Amino acid sequence: MAQSPYEVLGVKPDASADTIRKAYRKLAKQLHPDLNPGKPEAEARFKSVTAAYDLLSDPEKKTRYDRGEIDESGAERPRYSYRPHAEGAEGWKYTPEGEMDVGDLDDILSMFGRGGGSRRPGGQTFQMPGGDRLFSLIIDFVEGATGGKKRLQLSPDESLDVTIPPGIEDGQVLRLKGKGSPGFGGGPPGDALIEVHVAPHPFFRRDGDDIRVELPVSLAEAVLGARVPVPTVTGPVTMTIPTGSDTGTQLRLRGKGIHRRRGGRTIEGDQYVTLKVVIGSPDDPDLANFLENWSKRNATDPRATLQGSTAS
Amino acid sequence: MTGFEQLVRRCAGLNADELARWVENRWVLPEREGEGVLFREVDVARVELILEIRRDYAIDEEAMALVLGLLDQVYSLRRQMRRLCDALEMQPPEVREAIREALPPRVGGEPG
Repeated sequence: MAQSPYEVLGVKPDASADTIRKAYRKLAKQLHPDLNPGKPEAEARFKSVTAAYDLLSDPEKKTRYDRGEIDESGAERPRYSYRPHAEGAEGWKYTPEGEMDVGDLDDILSMFGRGGGSRRPGGQTFQMPGGDRLFSLIIDFVEGATGGKKRLQLSPDESLDVTIPPGIEDGQVLRLKGKGSPGFGGGPPGDALIEVHVAPHPFFRRDGDDIRVELPVSLAEAVLGARVPVPTVTGPVTMTIPTGSDTGTQLRLRGKGIHRRRGGRTIEGDQYVTLKVVIGSPDDPDLANFLENWSKRNATDPRATLQGSTAS
Repeated sequence: MTGFEQLVRRCAGLNADELARWVENRWVLPEREGEGVLFREVDVARVELILEIRRDYAIDEEAMALVLGLLDQVYSLRRQMRRLCDALEMQPPEVREAIREALPPRVGGEPG
């Protein structure tokens, strides 16, 4: 085995550049061939001292040598990658303790706590839980809000009854225990995972446990007040529009939102109704006639709130 | 096969006390040879790996025990996986097909 260049120069591996240079000069003077004629071993040592100093006096080479990238002659050292060894036959001796018994298939399967495919000496039989199966289900907005049962047809002769909890969120995944693939060797079946997509509604909107809806009302209903039917997720109800309402007036139907069970209690959301006044028959001459007189006496600026917020 | 002294010389940044401690800790498992020990290629590669991890990631000896423990688990799994794959390769196509179909979907995969 060749000596390291540090050994050749007789210095420690952490020696400073100055120490290395001094050690080299001292040896070079001693061993110089001109001063040692007819002494081949001195000449050989002189060559190796020079080679060692060549390497250690070049900061880049020295660093590479210290990192084990090149050998003492400056040649690239083969990199010993651990992986091919670890994955090869030699690697087995580094198997973690407790996993030493790596004989047959049973041992591989038992790494995941599943026992073997045949009867083992210990008397356990191989069991493996079945895999989960994934499905997706699209329901409409009202079904998602109120919950209910839904039948999922998996194939012409297999269906699953899915109970949708009230207030399910779009994209929520329901797990049906034991409805996945059958287990192996008497192992338990897997689960069915059902990703539920809630379709948007033409006029209802979810806001947490509340439902929001915009309700068109006529000019007369808004001004004079009225009792009008309002759709809710559980069916139409009658609501009182107070006298003197306007577009944007918000009314609450208590308890008409989503009823969700949480921690043994039922939480009741509300429905918020926002009025939107529609004139209905704007080309009515009587209405036009009336407004002409009326607006002369009632000059209001509906755009007053827009003043000052934009450049005019 | 590499002797103890030879290995210390070969590996820059490795001293004899350290290597002796690593052998004692069973981080490296050379073969007994009379009074001394002999390192196979896998052992040499492992010593170089330990040196590299220590130098490049500044891992101290306590953390090294953890790193090596995890590495050994990974490689143990990979060796077992490779055995299984080798065994699968040798099966007739219909058996391989049946196994392919029985593979449960990965969670987060396409709904099936």
